[in-house]
Amino acid sequence: MPSLANPTRFLSIVDRVVPWLAALTMLLLAYGLYLALFVAPPDYQQGETVKIMFIHVPAAWLAMFGYTLIAVASLGTLIWRHPLADVAAKTAVPIGATFTFIALVTGSLWGKPMWGTYWVWDARLTSVLVLFLLYLGLLALWQSIEEPGRAGRAAAILALVGFINVPIIHFSVTWWNTLHQPASVFRTGGPTIDPSLLVPLLVMALGFTLLFVLLHLIAMRAEILRRRVHALQQIAVERAATAQA
Amino acid sequence: MPDLGPHASFILAAYGVTLVAVTALVLAIVADDRHQRRLLAELELKGIRRRSAKSATDGAKPQAAIAKTSAKPRPARAKPGRRRS
Amino acid sequence: MTPALALLRRDIRLAWREGGAIGTALGFYLVVVAITPLGVGPDLNLLSRIAPGVLWVALLLASLLSADRILHNDYEDGALDVLANGPLPLTLVVALKSLAHWITTGVPLALLAPILGLLLNLPIEAFPLLVLAMLAGTPAVSFLAAIGASLTLGLRRSGVLLALLVLPLYVPVLIFGVATVSAATTGPASPWPPLLMLCALSLASIVLAPIAAAAALRNAMR
Repeated sequence: MPSLANPTRFLSIVDRVVPWLAALTMLLLAYGLYLALFVAPPDYQQGETVKIMFIHVPAAWLAMFGYTLIAVASLGTLIWRHPLADVAAKTAVPIGATFTFIALVTGSLWGKPMWGTYWVWDARLTSVLVLFLLYLGLLALWQSIEEPGRAGRAAAILALVGFINVPIIHFSVTWWNTLHQPASVFRTGGPTIDPSLLVPLLVMALGFTLLFVLLHLIAMRAEILRRRVHALQQIAVERAATAQA
Repeated sequence: MPDLGPHASFILAAYGVTLVAVTALVLAIVADDRHQRRLLAELELKGIRRRSAKSATDGAKPQAAIAKTSAKPRPARAKPGRRRS
Repeated sequence: MTPALALLRRDIRLAWREGGAIGTALGFYLVVVAITPLGVGPDLNLLSRIAPGVLWVALLLASLLSADRILHNDYEDGALDVLANGPLPLTLVVALKSLAHWITTGVPLALLAPILGLLLNLPIEAFPLLVLAMLAGTPAVSFLAAIGASLTLGLRRSGVLLALLVLPLYVPVLIFGVATVSAATTGPASPWPPLLMLCALSLASIVLAPIAAAAALRNAMR
């Protein structure tokens, strides 16, 4: 995408897109919340607590989506040397980590009325927890390396190593779970989700996804500007130094 | 508020935590964005522009741009207050 | 002697000479296993049930403690630069160093595990499986640790950061390692499926991890 490789062009695109995207996101989330809280019926098994699903499932989906995005951006950094790739990767980490955190907390709060305990080491929650740890690792690495070029490449390698490991980890956790928990893990709303529950879920999922994209674009803009500011501040310092020389 | 059943506190807690987390995220990102734009505006007011506002360096990596500016020519060439556009 | 063998011998010899590092890892292993009953209670039934897990977790932590030895010493005195520009490809250099780490840390820890298992009342029938599982899994532990070591080269607090980065990657090794040992006591009927998975993980790590680690090294040494 040559046009998106140019930071200035990218910034002007972002400036134009953000207002519309923000409006659309807010509309969708508002509609989704309305559907979730006022329209969706209680589940025959879980009662009203199924309403937590409308947040938990989109959050878990975004946790995965975010990490996949980081992995693709990391390929962009290492293989194609796309100039904006490491900006995309760096800014997606806090957003993805937040949604992972939300998935964990809502999963825990969903579990308490369902299984009687705040945490359960089932395959899904455990995998999300490990994913959260991978996000934390990326955050820590970005913070630890000062030179942005080296940080970008190191984080890209770590993200790809983690991405390759996620299916392996998930497989091992699922296998481990069948060893220790012969009882069935509950299914969301039964074998198939009733449309009255599915529609609010999809609207919320779409709304949250747009929110992710919106925040990501704004964060990328901020990061690009941050690097420009840094460069200009260096020029300012040099000019001040030569003026005194 | 509709009747949220016997476990209403869990549902409200879940939505509440989500609201807090999302709000914090949004505020942090938007604040950072505004901060950078303000800093950039201040620098441009002082007459410090990028060496090439719309030319070759735009296509290069941001790091390359930083490397270029920090590898600027020695004091003999640079004149204070000189504008480059 | 080929350069590869020479490098391997050198690393092993340095590790033995440094003695303290291996001793420290083994000592740490002992300490962690020893204080667990103090935290959990002396109930022998409980201990024997959690013994495989505790032994494996302590092994992972002890290996991570010594992981920066793979690269950081050579980085600090410039030997890594020489190796990077030498006749061997960097991927092979990292692989050989990881192998040396396995030989000097992983294998001793694996062989020592049954003795520590006694502390935790691990049934004797489980001892051969314990050693076998750990010998099968520790290559993955060493080779994955090398990725962490190369990513954190020269950074402050690299030890803790290394552990944070690498421990999530250890989850499959831990799960299959414990399952292999538990097969002799409580767990699955047969130890072979998880043991084969351990071997697969180790083989995959031996082949793939040096590639990632070398890339990270090149990045760090620019």
